Amino acid sequence: MEQNIIELKHITKTYKDGFTAVSDFNLEVKKGEFITFLGPSGCGKTTTLRMIAGFDLPTEGEILLNGKPITELPPNERPINTVFQRYALFPHMNIYENIAFGLRQKKTPENVIAKKVRKVLELVDLEGFEKRSIDTLSGGQQQRVAIARAVVNEPQILLLDEPLGALDLKMRKEMQLELKEMHRELGITFIYVTHDQEEALTMSDKIVVMAEGKMQQIGTPEDIYNEPINAFVADFIGDSNIFNGIMTGKLKARFCGGEFVCVDDIEEGTHITAVVRPEDVILTEPAGGQIRGIVTSVIFKGIHYEITVESGKNEIIAQSVYSAKTGDLVGVRVDPDNIHIMIAEDHTNIFRAEINKNNELEYNGNVLDVALTSVIKGSRQLEDGTILDANGSEIDTGKLKIKISIKPQDIELTDEQEEGLVQGYISNLIYKGDHYSYVIHTDLEQDFVVNDEYLWNMEDQVGLLMPVEKMIFSVKK
Amino acid sequence: MYRHLFSRKNLGIPYALFLALFVMAPLFVLFYYAFTNGEGEFTVLNLTGFFTDPNTLGTLCYSFGIASVTTVVCLLMAYPVAYILATSKLRAKSVILMLFVMPMWINFSLRITALKEILTWIEGSLAYHPFLNTVLGMSYDFLPFMILPIYTTISKLDGALLEAARDLGAGNIQAFLKVTLPLSMPGIISGVSMVFLPAMTNYVVLDMLYNSTYIMGSLIGSYFAAYNWHGGSMIALILLGIVCLFTLFTRGIEEENTRGGMLL
Repeated sequence: MEQNIIELKHITKTYKDGFTAVSDFNLEVKKGEFITFLGPSGCGKTTTLRMIAGFDLPTEGEILLNGKPITELPPNERPINTVFQRYALFPHMNIYENIAFGLRQKKTPENVIAKKVRKVLELVDLEGFEKRSIDTLSGGQQQRVAIARAVVNEPQILLLDEPLGALDLKMRKEMQLELKEMHRELGITFIYVTHDQEEALTMSDKIVVMAEGKMQQIGTPEDIYNEPINAFVADFIGDSNIFNGIMTGKLKARFCGGEFVCVDDIEEGTHITAVVRPEDVILTEPAGGQIRGIVTSVIFKGIHYEITVESGKNEIIAQSVYSAKTGDLVGVRVDPDNIHIMIAEDHTNIFRAEINKNNELEYNGNVLDVALTSVIKGSRQLEDGTILDANGSEIDTGKLKIKISIKPQDIELTDEQEEGLVQGYISNLIYKGDHYSYVIHTDLEQDFVVNDEYLWNMEDQVGLLMPVEKMIFSVKK
Repeated sequence: MYRHLFSRKNLGIPYALFLALFVMAPLFVLFYYAFTNGEGEFTVLNLTGFFTDPNTLGTLCYSFGIASVTTVVCLLMAYPVAYILATSKLRAKSVILMLFVMPMWINFSLRITALKEILTWIEGSLAYHPFLNTVLGMSYDFLPFMILPIYTTISKLDGALLEAARDLGAGNIQAFLKVTLPLSMPGIISGVSMVFLPAMTNYVVLDMLYNSTYIMGSLIGSYFAAYNWHGGSMIALILLGIVCLFTLFTRGIEEENTRGGMLL
């Protein structure tokens, strides 16, 4: 069993303005791995890297290096070096001095420094550049100096923060291979941050996909590509066709207006999200596929054609080495192996209720027919109205936050708007086979997802009936 | 017709006239008087006279002394202020900066008079410490000129460079000495030239603080007051030469320092 070089445990970073950049992030990295944080900008990947480097302190959680906590250790005391996004080379020093900077801090003898600088310059293919000043270098060369400056210190972990972002495409491809090669040669752990999924797939041993401060999935590039865990990952990694659907039987799913045999055994009736990669969509004779559609666009992409097929309200993108003609009627076939099915994220509605001065629950000015004592576990109410907790001490109800969650199928729509707990209009509707799924935008500016078997029209004004017995209450102080 | 009248070329005429009348012509007059004697004959005696007369040389040294000490005092006070303000996340920092700069907007003679009263009250008489008083007066007068350029350079410093230094094993002090200080040199240099050169000649401060020793400015004034236009012009010319040398020298350092900085 290889040792974990670095472990992140329940790392959360909340800024002073209340913005949570990273929340409950857990990660174990093995020695010598090439691991990539992948995600759109603002997903918290750079913040996580900065916490590993020591520039930012996590608000919660612990970072362990070789099993020892380093959470609060300043950056200069960590055996970790960083290659910065914009290189951050020292403009007042030549290349030799830039690279020697770290060694000088460690009071390395001058002859050793000279030897190490020469060796690392060889590694990055910049022999003889010692005396050159930074501004005489191209972007790619500066990048190499930045890598050399970090690597020369023989760090246990090398952090790379979108190091290739400022380079042109050709240069980037070259550097990707060189970095990979360098990683193999040096044998140190690389933690790499990028928003470029192709870069991540090409270089990494392991990819961590992040979104909105949370880890979405961790796995090898193959795992992430072939078995995305949710619609976000599927969409972010590679091109994808993503459909909402429902399981109609054992290994049978209906989505995109057709019934498909799949390999994921999910209970019948479950709402699902189906992902099909464009290269796995096979276009056939009209009768040869599970569904039929009309070709609406054909784009030549060099090694393949990208063909868009419209089937009912759905759009399917296919990649094929054979061309097709716009307006053609085609069949669309997807083999069971190539359909990836995920249980759809549930659309439970969550909203906040107020506690009024009579210690009753209130939402949108309506008193809910439920006693506060039944919401707070173990509590009881005295005759004067004060509420005591299980230990018999008084609860300051003004400080409580009550959250109510209710499932889409437990809400009913009504024409008698005033009877509803809250009112709104229908902003979206999707037919889901046996019912319609509506999005109601309420007067309180919140969206509710409601499943109803009756057809309503877009923009209809409705009231939402929510039975108290279907509500789930959660109490927070 | 009118279009021609206001062409770019014609619009330049007033400035050309200004330059000719108030810059070029006085310089020629200065040169003429510096290298002639009372009879209007060419001579270099004014030049050699300056460098052989112990009085004028003494004045030059005294001016250098005042200017150097003033510059050092300003630098020592201004750098920490500029550094703290530029690196702090205080929301009120522009207000604080303005407070430091605001004395510039108050009449100079009023400020020096106020300082004079305070110094008289503390020291009993201004006569005991003329050098110290002069340095204090000048530092008070010139401090904003040192703070502003240093503040600007430090605020523009790329924070990633400091992080890089920390990342490479430098502690806070090392990162400051190896990165912040060298990269704030352009600001220091422009601050020094804005303080040092005026301090060489600003004799009003000495006058107002009852320091009767001559500095370069008052020396020139005294020559002209005695109708020795030739000697006075030569000293003015020498001062001009010193200013030119100083500027050339500092620009050399500045270029060296900003060359890489421009790229970032």
